[in-house]
Amino acid sequence: MNRPQVTIDGNEAAAYVAHHVNEVIAIYPITPSSAMGEWADQWSANGSKNIWGSVPSVIEMQSEGGAAGAVHGALQGGALTTTFTSSQGLLLMIPNMYKIAGELTPTVFHVAARALAAQGLSIFGDHQDVMAVRATGFAMLASHSVQSVMDMALIAHAAALETRLPFVHFFDGFRTSHEVAKVEQLTSDDMRAMIGDDLVRAHRARSLNPDRPVLRGTAQNPDVYFQARETVNPFYDACPDKVQSAMDRFAALTGRQYRLFDYFGDPNAERVVVLMGSAAWAAEECAEALLARGEKVGVVNVHLFRPFSAKALVDALPRTVRAIGVLDRTKEPGSAGEPLYQDVVTALQEAGEFAAWPRVVGGRYGLASKEFTPAMCAAVFSELSQPKPRNHFVVGINDDVSHHSLDYDAAFSTEDPTTVRAVFYGLGADGTVGANKNSIKIIGEDTDNYAQGYFVYDSKKSGAMTISHLRFGRKPIRSSYLISRASFVACHQFSFLERIDVLQLAETGATFLLNSPFGAEEVWDRLPRPVQEQILAKRLRFYVIDAFRVAKDNGMGGRINTVMQTCFFALSGALPREEAISAIKHAIQKTYGKRGEAVVEKNFAAVDNALENLHEVAVPDAVTSSVERRPMVSAQAPDFVQNVLAPMLAGAGDGLPVSALPVDGTYPTGTAQWEKRNLAQEIPVWESGLCIQCGKCVMVCPHAVIRSKIFEPELTASAPDTFKSAPARWRDREHLRYVLQVSPEDCTGCGLCVQVCPAKSKSEVKTKAINMAPQAPVREQEQRNWDFFLGLPEFDRSALALHNVKDVQLLQPLFEFPGACAGCGETPYIKLLTQLFGDRTVIANATGCSSIYGGNLPTTPYTVNHAGRGPAWSNSLFEDNAEFGLGMRVALDKQSQYAAELLQKLAPAVGPELAEAILHADQSTEAGIQEQRGRIAQLNQKLAESSGPEVCDSQLRDLSSITSALVRKSVWILGGDGWAYDIGYGGLDHVFASGRNVKILVLDTEVYSNTGGQASKATPRGAVAKFASGGKQSAKKDLAMMAMTYGTVYVAHIALGANDTQTIKAFLEAEAYDGPALIIAYSHCIAHGYDLIHGLDQQKAAVQSAYWPLFRYNPELAVGGKNPFQLDSRAPALPLEKYIYNEGRYSMLVRSSPETAAILLGEAQADVNLRWKLYEHWANLSYSNGGAHA
Amino acid sequence: MIDLSTTYLGLPLRSPLVASASPLSKDLENLQRLEEAGAGAVVFHSLFEEQITAEAQSLDNFLNQGADSFAEASSYFPDLPSYSMGPDAYLEHIRRAKKMLRIPVIGSLNGVSSGGWIRYAREIQDAGADALELNIYFLPTTLEVDGRATEDGYCRLLEDIKRKLTIPVAVKLSPYFTSMVNMAFRLYRSGADALVLFNRFYQPDFDLETLEVTSNLTLSTSDELRLRLHWVALLAGRIKADLAITGGVHTAEDVVKGIMAGAQVTMLTSALLRNGIDYLRDLETKVVDWMELHEYESVGQMRGSMRATAVEDPAAFERANYLKVLGSYTLSR
Repeated sequence: MNRPQVTIDGNEAAAYVAHHVNEVIAIYPITPSSAMGEWADQWSANGSKNIWGSVPSVIEMQSEGGAAGAVHGALQGGALTTTFTSSQGLLLMIPNMYKIAGELTPTVFHVAARALAAQGLSIFGDHQDVMAVRATGFAMLASHSVQSVMDMALIAHAAALETRLPFVHFFDGFRTSHEVAKVEQLTSDDMRAMIGDDLVRAHRARSLNPDRPVLRGTAQNPDVYFQARETVNPFYDACPDKVQSAMDRFAALTGRQYRLFDYFGDPNAERVVVLMGSAAWAAEECAEALLARGEKVGVVNVHLFRPFSAKALVDALPRTVRAIGVLDRTKEPGSAGEPLYQDVVTALQEAGEFAAWPRVVGGRYGLASKEFTPAMCAAVFSELSQPKPRNHFVVGINDDVSHHSLDYDAAFSTEDPTTVRAVFYGLGADGTVGANKNSIKIIGEDTDNYAQGYFVYDSKKSGAMTISHLRFGRKPIRSSYLISRASFVACHQFSFLERIDVLQLAETGATFLLNSPFGAEEVWDRLPRPVQEQILAKRLRFYVIDAFRVAKDNGMGGRINTVMQTCFFALSGALPREEAISAIKHAIQKTYGKRGEAVVEKNFAAVDNALENLHEVAVPDAVTSSVERRPMVSAQAPDFVQNVLAPMLAGAGDGLPVSALPVDGTYPTGTAQWEKRNLAQEIPVWESGLCIQCGKCVMVCPHAVIRSKIFEPELTASAPDTFKSAPARWRDREHLRYVLQVSPEDCTGCGLCVQVCPAKSKSEVKTKAINMAPQAPVREQEQRNWDFFLGLPEFDRSALALHNVKDVQLLQPLFEFPGACAGCGETPYIKLLTQLFGDRTVIANATGCSSIYGGNLPTTPYTVNHAGRGPAWSNSLFEDNAEFGLGMRVALDKQSQYAAELLQKLAPAVGPELAEAILHADQSTEAGIQEQRGRIAQLNQKLAESSGPEVCDSQLRDLSSITSALVRKSVWILGGDGWAYDIGYGGLDHVFASGRNVKILVLDTEVYSNTGGQASKATPRGAVAKFASGGKQSAKKDLAMMAMTYGTVYVAHIALGANDTQTIKAFLEAEAYDGPALIIAYSHCIAHGYDLIHGLDQQKAAVQSAYWPLFRYNPELAVGGKNPFQLDSRAPALPLEKYIYNEGRYSMLVRSSPETAAILLGEAQADVNLRWKLYEHWANLSYSNGGAHA
Repeated sequence: MIDLSTTYLGLPLRSPLVASASPLSKDLENLQRLEEAGAGAVVFHSLFEEQITAEAQSLDNFLNQGADSFAEASSYFPDLPSYSMGPDAYLEHIRRAKKMLRIPVIGSLNGVSSGGWIRYAREIQDAGADALELNIYFLPTTLEVDGRATEDGYCRLLEDIKRKLTIPVAVKLSPYFTSMVNMAFRLYRSGADALVLFNRFYQPDFDLETLEVTSNLTLSTSDELRLRLHWVALLAGRIKADLAITGGVHTAEDVVKGIMAGAQVTMLTSALLRNGIDYLRDLETKVVDWMELHEYESVGQMRGSMRATAVEDPAAFERANYLKVLGSYTLSR
């Protein structure tokens, strides 16, 4: 049968099968499996049918726990049901997995296997998650490639029905889930042939049905539970053969034969590596190379991990094997060995029959997508040839602490010279990855070549670097690792040359394509010396194109994707030029056609104009440059930053030894300041004469790069020549100077500051008090000015009016330079929080955008003030953040209480007056807190001096350890709407009810932003989001109202862009309130679909339309007989459509489904009107006399 | 029985009251009501090529924003199967309106590129429009471009479009030509089947608080009719293209004046936006009442009766007009 050849990634391959052979799909986003749910949702939204001709029902749940519950219920209802997940999501499914398996219910969970959060979270691939569910009773089937994902997905579904066991079908997160490869697509006929309709009907017949009622889910007593648990044994015993039988039937259909344990290698091998997942192919590549040298080696690729068939494993092993190395992509601290190793040992013990008993050793590799290369595998084979191979080793890292690591020869390479291996360095915003995905599809689908694409991203959301790895050629590609020797290197950003070694991977004679503002004649002398050296040493063919100019001339802005793609095809020879151009244009039409003709035309024009601007550089024969690469961090950075973080920044973190890293996941703060990312083409430049010193720009800056200070005039004596200042416009402080300073190398160029600036020139209104200007000419001078600025003293915070925007600008932010999107709507709130309370704040941060820009290594934006104080921050999980923060509060309160108790007891020793002053201190103001800190310093001094028989030494020491608890602390619980409205709502609600003094800041972007914009219960009616591609049908949940019904929760609904003073007021009141406080902050986001430079205007429009009313609910007012609910914004003054249709998330529905959009607009407007009426009525209620007279 | 019927662009109309291009035509229900209220024809809101391009660019920009940049999110929006981009929605609207209405539907186009003008004009014709109104407004802002070049541009464009269309074409004019009569004549010679006098434009205003330039269009008043009467009266009977008045038609008297000046139709926008669609019905009744009272039998009889060549003193339409008005103004003080 001729099946279509498609070029897709592993997630799409799994989802494709799952969508065809299921009736119900319960989904929830989590990296790296989100795309499976997105595909399924999209296909169902588009009316794609399963093999029975019906469109599967896809339902998004509030968490993976919820998804598992829904799956369980749907299975009980008799529907063929599936779900997709990873990592923590799979852990949340565990309770239901035991139930589903215990009830012998066939289903398949497709898992993009991922690391678990332990000492740190990781989104990357390994087997920790799936290993954590191996005891649930689910069968577990592993895939190692994109093709096998599609194949095993079907085999799993077929086998589940046949065995009545539920299956986890897993494949490596990112390496397989995100690898794009050319595969043969299964057809509906294939799927029909594999899925037995009688088994489907049998599944339905077991469902709950009042027409033939049964009972499940009983509670069982000691008399029978045990026996009942043993009833399932025959099903597990029969499972391996049934899976093999399904594999055999599949082979008969497709010609691709899988076995429970696939063996590759010498039939008389003496050394065998056993492993599963994508690494099996790297191991096979390695074995092939060793076989060619005459070595007797082999590889067992484990597919069916549970039920573990000892017999099948032993059958798969050559009788000649002398040494077996079992590689686990997981870690179980404290175990006798990792799971696969233990199973192999047990299997050999139980079923092995060998002439000489093979030695079995286990090792770990590849945690969190750590590379596993043929070179590493060769090290394992080499170790197996030792008389006593090392057991419990690790490979791929340098373990200089426990000394478990195997050394490997990085030069060992199995890269096929006939395969084109192309590496591209680009920026997220320049479209490099998208173009390469397109290229690999073109090569995969328009040529006979095999093709593979894999994409590496950094963890920043603005200015993120991407590295694309593309392989294609006539031979099948099994290289499940990054390209180690490139025959083609493209650098899409000239500035990368000064930061990273882009030619490191280039092999001798490779082609180097550079996007350069300098032409072929000029470019050589502009290259840094190390680049010139490598070009010469490796005899590279060197080409340049000014892609930015070509793109700009053709209306493409900074999107150089199609220009560079055309050059790649021309230079790589993947296709004849004309054919390549035609294929690129076809792909452009396919990708962009629906966005409008103008978009297609500009892309076509860019393609047509690319090649005439591509020039080969006549490479001189000598190095001429003296320009060196810039150091990653300044020489002033602390040792930890120099030695540990800087290598990570340089992309050399893989080389850090175990000893370099903290043992418990604890890292210093204040590190983002050393990472000068130098992203902005333009930065704000201050016109000191025009500035009214209002502080709005400082307030809105998402990256804390524009700051102000007031200071004594004499301090300017040592200022750099270009340092600007102006007389301070503060009453009674006119004698001081004011400075507004930008950090040129930290600014992202988002422009929000200029947008918000209200001061305009009297003679030319386009000139404001700050204006965007090219960064390069002022970079050095402004960096000097910034350094001088940082050295100026901070103004005394206790002398400032904290409720004024103007004064707040003078507070030092203890959150700076986050890697958030340029123009992020969330970060200004966090920055404000740290300005107001940062030096006494503990933050519990839910997983999401704010935990990624807040705590993704290498650096963190949280920092300290001159006294070394600043936010202490931690991320527990996604779902538990409210409880996590509550726990912090309880601990702080307990310590404060205990400290007070001890202080009372020790008052005679430390001085009764001091003790009294501390115990009854008024800490409601900045001044009060500073005084208390002074008293605590005195107390610490006294405690250090106190000793003798009259005082209890242990109490003294105890008190010494917790005196800081006597200074008021603020606990802030931060997270996005996905956490607060969905997965964490149960906990959040409990925290509301607890009455404890915690502050909750919900950064409401109205979608799951971090995972790519899936709908949450905060998503407004009518907005398009992933999982709501037809526009969200229901209204946004009114979380504020739910909290207010307690009557004891302070609640504020704020939007910085609409009313900055109200925002500050809300923060101050929330913090001052002795109880739970909730602030819901409107946060514009790239997932809203417009240029974020207009983010603040949109916030205003949201408020003017009353879509986002501003209000505060302060329970303390009710105590005084006042209405606790205060509306801070006015009645609707703007029709909703004037607000929402500025945003792509709404307008795309008008484009795709105008009738639905019109209906939803009407309903959404009605929502707004009704909600406003309700709020207005409430705001006008009288609370005197207990609210008897409304 | 008063005969209100007229013709415009070769199309027989039951009345000279035509709904001019306005947001009202965006809604099918409004179109239905306009017909029921007695509109002789309806001119659609304009298809703006510039807006089509801008919307495509905007969609492209926001779909690209943040895409393929971050490991956890390769995109931020679902990939919807299709978007009604470009003129699709507009053309579909014409198709639906044509199915629903008996009165003629006149498309309106505001292009930018020569390719765009022609392509969209064809598409509007193919969608079933009975005629097309070209909303041409080149705004030369460079110091070097002279009036002649601008006028030549109008004529060339019109000729290009006329070559490609079979339906009649009207040109909606700006009043800002140095030699209006000559320009009208040149357009007629370039193929205009009708001239619509005059377009009203967004004009900049200043917000003195924010120091921003604001741009909006205020509704017209009857005062604006005079400019139209002036030029229609001067053109009527002298060129063979139909003449239409738009801008300043609010009352029955305005309609009567327009027809007397020589217009085939008088178009309404502001009056309907201000008073509602049903106002059209009242207006027709009042026109009929006026005609009955003054013993006119038909619109045809009345049309052009006060054109420049039909009045006793055509100088009223020429330079002397200015002096006379000035004099009367002084006297009345």
